Amino acid sequence: MITKMTVTNIHVLDQDSAYDFYVNKLGFKLIDDIAMGPDTRWLTVSPPEQPDLQLVLFPVKVSKMFPQETADMLITLIKQGVFGCGVLTCTDIFATYEELKAKGVEFLKPPTKEFYGTEALFKDDSGNYFSLQSINNFSHEDNI
Amino acid sequence: MSNADTNRDDREIITPEYPRVYLYIRIVQAKLFIDNNYADEIDLENIADEAYFSRFHFIRLFKSAYGKTPHQYLKSVRIEKARELLKEDKTVAEACFSVGFQSLTSFSGLFKKITGESPSSYAARHKAMKKKISEKPLAFVPSCYAYQHGWLEK
Repeated sequence: MITKMTVTNIHVLDQDSAYDFYVNKLGFKLIDDIAMGPDTRWLTVSPPEQPDLQLVLFPVKVSKMFPQETADMLITLIKQGVFGCGVLTCTDIFATYEELKAKGVEFLKPPTKEFYGTEALFKDDSGNYFSLQSINNFSHEDNI
Repeated sequence: MSNADTNRDDREIITPEYPRVYLYIRIVQAKLFIDNNYADEIDLENIADEAYFSRFHFIRLFKSAYGKTPHQYLKSVRIEKARELLKEDKTVAEACFSVGFQSLTSFSGLFKKITGESPSSYAARHKAMKKKISEKPLAFVPSCYAYQHGWLEK
């Protein structure tokens, strides 16, 4: 019986910069930062109130998984903003929006009322986008 | 504060009116002031001044935005920073004074209340864990990732 998702990936272009973005700007908690040889770290962070979900800040580097051509393609797609990482929930979307903006986070859409709740979109330092939504705003029952 | 005032303030927060942005910017300024100055002797009065609010109005707005009063938030930031310092092998006293506590007793008490263990036991547990990780990092990384990156020991 599968019960939970506990580890998932975000492909990033630079681990140092991603660390700064996720920990210092978004306020995520650092879980693991383990050296795996030169220039490579096992770097994971968690949303502040969800320690059982770890996001691996996964560098796109030429490796067994990414031959040169694949790595180049992936980097292009990330920079184009093709990948969305999911929805982040916050206590108060207007306060969170102002705070992240003050810290230099780039928003694609300011908080906007949608049929499912109030939502903003922002990009991480690599180009991956997130949807930011206020708590209690996302409920399927409300939309039926 | 009368009921009429309370209702007016709540309306300010929930209606999508333009000036609400200024209100949020001020609350956020206060929050960032805590984030940047937690290590100094700051109190609620400094924090409210920073946001140009009267004290009670400010506490309520801050709580509605962050789910904690400014004082609770300041304490949680301090304990969180102390955890980081203890993980980095700082002593309990160093962690205590560098996050803005004036006494070891109040620091240790609050730390235990929030994290469920004393600062010294927290530090010892992390030191032991760090040693294990440095001896055998692969034991702490899911093997599918290790395989894909060619980290597996032959």
